[in-house]
This record gives sequence, structure tokens and C-alpha cells, in this order.
Amino acid sequence: MKTKNGPDLKMLAKNREVVVILILLAGTCLVSAFTPYFLTSANLLSIFMGVSVEGLIAVGMALVLINGGMDLAVGSTMAFTGVAVGLLLKNGVPVLSAILIAMLLSAGIGLMNGLLIAKLGLNPFIATLGIMSAIRGIMLILSKGMAVLDMPPAFTVIGQGGFGNIQYPIFITISIVIISDIALRNSRFFRQSYYVGSNEKAAKLNGINVVKVKIFNYCICGLCAGIAGIIVTARFGSASVTLGSNTALSVITACIIGGASLNGGQGTILGAFLGALFMQVLSTSLNLLGVNIYWQNLITGIILILAILIDSLNEMRVSKQKML
Amino acid sequence: MLHFLRVEGLFKAYPGVQAVNDIGFTLDRKEVLALLGENGAGKSTLTKLICGTEKPDKGKIFIDDREVYFDSAFDAMKLGVNMVHQELSMVGDMSVAENIFINRQPVTRSGRIKWKELYDATRKIMGKFNLDIDPGTIVRKLPMGTQQLLEILKAVSAGAKILILDEPTSSLTIDQIDLLFDLVDTLKREGIAIIYITHKLNEVFRLADRVMVIRDGWHIHTAPVADMSVNKIVSLMVGREIKNLYGEARAIRNQNNSDGAYCFEVRGMTAKDLYSDISFGIKKGEILGVAGLIGAGRSEMALGIVGAHKRTSGSFYKDGKPISIKNPRDAIRRKIAYLTEDRKSLGLYLNYSIALNLCCNKLTAFSGPGFVDKRRLAQYASEQVRLFNIRTPSIDQKVNNLSGGNQQKCLIAAWMGVDPDILIVDEPTRGVDVGAKSEIYRIIKDYADADKSVLLISSELPELLGICDRIMVMHNGRVTGFVDKNAWSEEIIMHYATGTAEELEKADA
Repeated sequence: MKTKNGPDLKMLAKNREVVVILILLAGTCLVSAFTPYFLTSANLLSIFMGVSVEGLIAVGMALVLINGGMDLAVGSTMAFTGVAVGLLLKNGVPVLSAILIAMLLSAGIGLMNGLLIAKLGLNPFIATLGIMSAIRGIMLILSKGMAVLDMPPAFTVIGQGGFGNIQYPIFITISIVIISDIALRNSRFFRQSYYVGSNEKAAKLNGINVVKVKIFNYCICGLCAGIAGIIVTARFGSASVTLGSNTALSVITACIIGGASLNGGQGTILGAFLGALFMQVLSTSLNLLGVNIYWQNLITGIILILAILIDSLNEMRVSKQKML
Repeated sequence: MLHFLRVEGLFKAYPGVQAVNDIGFTLDRKEVLALLGENGAGKSTLTKLICGTEKPDKGKIFIDDREVYFDSAFDAMKLGVNMVHQELSMVGDMSVAENIFINRQPVTRSGRIKWKELYDATRKIMGKFNLDIDPGTIVRKLPMGTQQLLEILKAVSAGAKILILDEPTSSLTIDQIDLLFDLVDTLKREGIAIIYITHKLNEVFRLADRVMVIRDGWHIHTAPVADMSVNKIVSLMVGREIKNLYGEARAIRNQNNSDGAYCFEVRGMTAKDLYSDISFGIKKGEILGVAGLIGAGRSEMALGIVGAHKRTSGSFYKDGKPISIKNPRDAIRRKIAYLTEDRKSLGLYLNYSIALNLCCNKLTAFSGPGFVDKRRLAQYASEQVRLFNIRTPSIDQKVNNLSGGNQQKCLIAAWMGVDPDILIVDEPTRGVDVGAKSEIYRIIKDYADADKSVLLISSELPELLGICDRIMVMHNGRVTGFVDKNAWSEEIIMHYATGTAEELEKADA
């Protein structure tokens, strides 16, 4: 085996982030050829505004997928946190405290997922499916099924204000993505997630506290969903009780497009964010091109299956020895 | 005298078995102790107690004359006791460097990994053992053998002072085995104490200083390797003499059958990148061996015959008539059975009972009008268990709980159920102890004696030479030669297997 220096085109082509970026660029050129509205600052801003929600949740989801789990409860967590922050504000809690409490609550939901999965050994799919339903239930009980309206301006500024044209949510999400991507690439603590996801037994044997790592990741995932919920609530000035009913699946799709695997051990946060960006660009483009909304689910589904198919074809090439 | 490692009176019981019974031994620096015993003798339990994955019921472990207790394998590792497991514990999705330095990557004070330092350290430790792999390579993409070597490097770099190697050569090629032996020699020189578990006795004589044999959880004998012989070790292990592992020599059948037509023939079988132009025939009552190095394409060829993957060309003849085999179902219908080398993941349903495993490929035989007749199934399973001498308390036992040899017997018994005319067995004795080995050989030979044909793929030459009538040798996806019983030697076969037979012929001429 030889050691190589400098950029290697083949390696780059195998790097999922690079592939997604290339597809995004190609897609942008293609769509711009059909509509002049795509490459406008207003449209690009609205794309980034859209991705600031799912892209943020994708950070947490990527962590959870990498360490070999999944979190179906992110949508409910997002909606719950939105309603929680709304109710707190309605009851006179100061903005900052309301936000902090809501964030703690969302991390608490993650903690619950983590405990069920890592401590009690429940299957992540089942555990988070249960939590998903339970949390939405609590949220509906608290809100009596009604949206929470009329947020104070000191709160809504988080979602609506910005530096110049660029709104705060975009800044929040992009800085969280950058920081956590660097952490996951370079910090020994975060890299434990890869060991756990790829080979839990080996990780345990080498002294990694598997339970702790998993619980931590679910907490972060819950927290990301919570922050997303706060941002959405601030942006619309109201907390909707139907928010996030499709979020888990589309975020998982984004992560997988970005290189994560349901088998764990693979993926990056940047990849997951790019995957979310891809999904956002896709739906915006379809809208601009006048494609019927009903077709969009179909197209999303096909794209997800294609992404996984490409993944498994790669996998087959790697493990050719088995030949079955 | 002060010993580096001293173990005294270890006991460990599991429900129903006393796995380790009053075992004590010592081990010094720069010493290789071969730990021998049949599967189920208690070797793995004993090593688990020493490396901290299990706690002894009774007994003491001293390192440097200080008594130690391990709560976990990690505890033991911190004190320099490291076990290299047979099932690899590499993290497939991560790089070589991050595997060797798993959870020990050099970091800055803020926890950031120093990549350059990590890669340099990795290169350094690999260089010490003559391995040249890019530290950034993803481990999953490396061959099993290389992963095995990396596993050992990992333990060494973690500061192992006592290294337990559990059948380290079971997945290595011949070149890699040499590399491993060199590695063990180097480690020994550096003062590391090694417990070496193996079923291959030639390795014992190559590497070990002392031999310790255990049986049924008891310590049987420990002696310097110089005082031991293969026969002595084997009889200590099984507790009885095995006169000839391979049984009575088979009469040379080719002579009375030399005009006999092939009962199964493969012509020009090719699959891109796997093997090309494979042609051979096999006669009734013949055991045809398939020799070759790992990666020669032997198992791939066998999978090709039963139609497990797409071939680009190839035709098949049974009793002179052309047949088509498009998938394994066709193969079973034509009474061709393939027993995989990978019994755990491809051969058996580990979490199912013996009974279900034995019936897995003939469930229809036990279904009345749509339902499986459990009573008949149990009857059949008990019969097979008796016939193939599978040692188990009950047919409801999960296959996972059986020893390697008994699992292999289950696999054979399951496939005999389809009553094959052509039996392809792939590495049937890998990870199987001596006692079970001789039983498996007997089964294979009895089967051939019943006028069936056997294709035996094996990496152990003595095994091929011991029970085959003829050996076909493969190299690099091609058949490089056939050797007859009256003309073979290990040397000729190795020449064919390494693709150097032409040189041999030249030298002869």
C-alpha cells in the first residue's frame, strides 16, 4: 500500500460532502437555466432560512446515527419545546429564562431517549417511537390542542431579526454546524461516537463508556430539536401544535444523503447539513419550477432510496470477498 | 523464584459446567506459553479470567508478585494484560491510526486530536513490525489477516506486557503467518510475556517455550516444549490416543475406477474478478481436495458452482448430462450441497435450536397439510444428533452454545439432510478441536465410501494429503494443476499454489 500526499481526485470523489456539494452546484446551474428566480438573494436567503431548522436538527440526528441509533422523536421534541417556550412566556417568565428552561426540557427528552436505549437496552426505533407519541401527547395536553399565539417582540426578534439581510436563525444554525463539525472531527471525546457506532463491543473493551456516549448524543439531539423549536416559534410568533410531524424522516433522509448510515459508524455533521441543504434546494426548486406539491413527497422518497442504493452498491464493492 | 505472572487456584463455574477447576500456572517475561486443549476444555474461560472479562469464583492472580483484581477488561489493560480476540475487535469504519490508538489518540489540552502526531506514531509502530499501510486507511477495506496483525499492534502500543493471542493465525495467509511469527519473536525479545492459544501444533513447536494442556477445566500437564512431541500433546489434549487423525488410508480408488466417467463436471466456469476458466471433473466415491492460498478463489469457485452469484460463463454436467445451476435452489435440487467455511454467519442460524437448524433446508419434508409436524421434526433431529455424534444436552439447545466442532457437525448434518450426491465442504475443520476433527474426517470418508463425491476445500495441507484421493490446486482464480495421490508432496502443491510450478518443471528438466 502506498502513502499519498496532496489532493487525490479519487478520494475526493469518494468523499460524500464533496459529492453533495457538486450535485448542489450542478442543480443550481440546471434550475437557474429554467427560472431566473432561483439565483436571487431573496430566494437563497429563504433556502437558508428553511434549512436553519432541519439543518440544525440534522446535527443532532447525525450524532445519534453515527453512534448507531436513531431518534424519531425530534419532530415532537421540536413542537413540544415551541409550545413550552410559548406557555412560559405567556405566564410571564422572562424571555431568557423561558428559553433556557425550554432548552433544558428538550435536552431532558433526549436524556429520556438515551436512558431507555443505552441503560435499558431498548431498540432505538421503538423507544423513540414511543417517546415521540408520548411527547406529542403531553404537548397537546398542555396546550389543550390550541396554538400558542402572541409572543413578545423581545422573543420573536430571535427568529425575525438579523444582521442586515441575514436573519439570526441562519447564523445560529451555521455556527452550531461549524462548531460541532470541527468537534466531531477533531475531539477525542466526540470521536468516541464513531467507535461506539462502528463496533460497540470493541469500544467497550477499550474503555469507552458506551452508555455515557449514547446518552450524551441523545441529549444533544433533543437539544438541537429544542433549539429548532424555539427558532420556529420565534420566527412565526406562534407555537403550532402540528409542527414537525414529518421532521424525523426528512432529517434522517438528509443525514443519509450526507453520508450517514443506519448501521452506525459513518457520516459527518457537515454531510448531514449539506444533505438538509440539498433537500431544501430540491423542494424550493420544485416549487419554483411549478411542480405540484403532491409530487414532492414522491420525489423525496425516490431520492432517499437512490442515496441508500448508491451507498449499498459502494458497500458491496468494498466487501466483495463475501460474494453473496 | 519471582514470576512475572502467577495464577493460583482459579475456579469458575457456569450453570451446569465447572469450566475452570483449580488451575494455576506461571509465566515469565520473554516467554511464550502455548495453551492447548480441545474446544470446550476451558481455554477461553481461563483467558477471560486472566484478561478481566470474567471474574473467577475463587483464586488469585499476581503480577510482579502483587495480587491484582480486574473489574473489567479495561482494568486488566491498564495493568498491561491484553487479549487479542479471535473475533476481531477492530472498528471497521475508522482509520488504521484511530484503531491502533483507540480512545488513546494524542490530544492537546483542550481535547483536540493531534493528527500528525497520531499518524506518525502509527507509522512508527507499524514500521517496527515491517507493515507499510497508510495510517488513514479505513480498516474495513483491509484483508482479515492484516486486521489481525493490526489488532496485535494495537495491544502492543497500548503497553501490553502480557499478551494473550487466541488462535491468531486462523485467518492468516502463509505469508502473513510468517509475519506474525516474526512479530511474536520481536515481542518476546522486547520482554513481553505471551500466552498463545492455537490448534495448529506446528506453531507450538515454532514459537512456544512451554506447553500447558488443559482438559475439561482441569490442568493436565505443563512442560518445556523440548520435552513434548505432537503425539504426546494430542493424547494429553484428548485424554486418549488418536492413532491416526485421518483414519485408515483409503484404498486408491482411481485404479479400479480410472475409466469411470466423471459423475460431475464443471467446464470453463468464469466470473469476472473472481475466477476464470475453471474446469474439472469428479468421480463417484472420490474425495477431490482443493488446495490454494487464501485469496486463490477457492470458496468463490464453490459459491460459483452452486450459483450463489452471477457467472460470466461455464457449463455443468451431472452423470454426463448437461444441467443448469442458476441459484443455490437449483443446486440443492440437483443434489449438490455446499457447506460454507463461514458457519457462523452463512451456515447456521445461531440463535435457533439444533432441531430447527437441522431441518432448515427440508422443512417441507415435515409439513403435513401446511403445518410443520413438530413431533416428526424432533424425531428426525434426535436421529441426526445421534448419527453425527453432536454433543449437546438437548435438541432444543441454541446452536450458539455449542463448541466449534459440534457446530460444524450440525452444519454437516443439516446438509446431509438434502441427501446430496456432490458434497462441497469448505474448511470443515477450521476452529475445530482434534477430537471433532477426526470425527469430521470419518463422516466425510464414510460418505465418499457410499459412492458419493466430495470436493474438499482446505487450507491445511496435511488434511488434504490425509484424506483426499486427488488434489486440485488453485492460484489467483485459476486451476494451476492436479496432483494424484501417488505423485503428490507438499512441495509440489505449494508450487502450484504459489504459481511457481513452471519453475519447478524447468528445474526438473
